[in-house]
Amino acid sequence: MRRWLALALLCALPLLAIAQAIQPLPFRDHAEEVRFQKLSAELRCPMCQNETLADSNAPIAHDLRRQVFEMMQAGKSDAEIKAYLVARYSELVLYKPPVEPKTWLLWFGPLVVLAIGGVVVAVQVRRRARTAPAVAAPANDTEDDW
Amino acid sequence: MSRFLPLIAFAALVALFGFGIWWNTGHDQHEIVSPLINQPAPAFALPVLGDETRKVDKQSLLGKPYILNVFGSWCIECVHEHPTLSGEVKQLGLPLVGFNYKDDPADAAAWLSDHGNPFDVVIADRDGRAGIDFGVYGAPETFLIDGKGVIRYKHVGPITPEVVAKEIRPALAALAKEGG
Repeated sequence: MRRWLALALLCALPLLAIAQAIQPLPFRDHAEEVRFQKLSAELRCPMCQNETLADSNAPIAHDLRRQVFEMMQAGKSDAEIKAYLVARYSELVLYKPPVEPKTWLLWFGPLVVLAIGGVVVAVQVRRRARTAPAVAAPANDTEDDW
Repeated sequence: MSRFLPLIAFAALVALFGFGIWWNTGHDQHEIVSPLINQPAPAFALPVLGDETRKVDKQSLLGKPYILNVFGSWCIECVHEHPTLSGEVKQLGLPLVGFNYKDDPADAAAWLSDHGNPFDVVIADRDGRAGIDFGVYGAPETFLIDGKGVIRYKHVGPITPEVVAKEIRPALAALAKEGG
C-alpha cells in the first residue's frame, strides 16, 4: 500500500512543475482570463524563441506576462499591447507575423510552390491525355515511363 | 528542354536549402535585432545599487556617450565577459554604467566585490520593468548610448575583445565623426 502511495506521489510530481509554471494572476472574470490566455499564446517568448509567452517558464516570459496582464487591467487593447511589445522586442514577438510586403514570401511562398507543382502536374496530365488514345494501354502494363 | 526540368527544379531546391543553411549559420539565431537602435533610449530613473536613496535617470547621463551593461550575479556569461569589461571596454574611456538586472542587491554587491567593479555607477532594476523598456530579455546585454540619449548599438551576449574591436570601436568612431 505504502509503495503504491509513493508511486502515485511520484507520478504527481510533474504536476507540481506545471503548477509552478503558471503563476496565479488575479483575473477579474473568466472572459478576462480567456483573453489573457489567447493573447499570451499569440506572443513569442524572446528568450526561448520556440515557445509562446503562455508556455514559457523563462524569467522574461514571466515578466512579460505580468506586463501584458497589467496593460489589460489598464484597459489597453490587444493591438496596443502587441504594439508595445513590438516596439521593444521587434516583430519577432508576434507568433503570427503580420501580412506585409516583407513577409509575403513567408505567407504565400508555400502556396506559390504548390501552385507551380499543380501547373506541372496539369501540364503532364494533359500531355499524356493527348498521346494516350493513339496507343491503347495494355491491361497489364507494368512499364513505368518516367 | 522539359527533360531537364526536374534537374532544374532540383538545382533550385538545392540553392534554396543551401541559402537557408548559409543564412542561419551566418548569424546568431537567438539574437533579436533591437528595434530601439537609433531610437531615443527609454526614460528611466533607477536607484543606485547599495544606495537606494540616490537615483540615476536618463537626463543625468546626457551629454556624452556611455556604455550600459546589463548584468546580474545570477548570470554565468557575465562572469565570462567581466575581464573584457574591466579591460578593453574600460580603455575606451567612456562612462560604464552597470545595469543590475533582476538581482538581489546583496548578491550583486557580493558579486562585484568578488570579481571587481568596473562600473562607474551601478543602477538596479530589481523587478525588470526598466529592462522591458530597453528590450532586455537576458543578460549580459550591452548598449552604446550617445550624448543625446539615443541608442546607437546593442550587443546581446558576452562582450569579447573581438566584439570591442569589430563592433564597439567602429560604432564609437562613427559617433565621433558626426561630432557626437
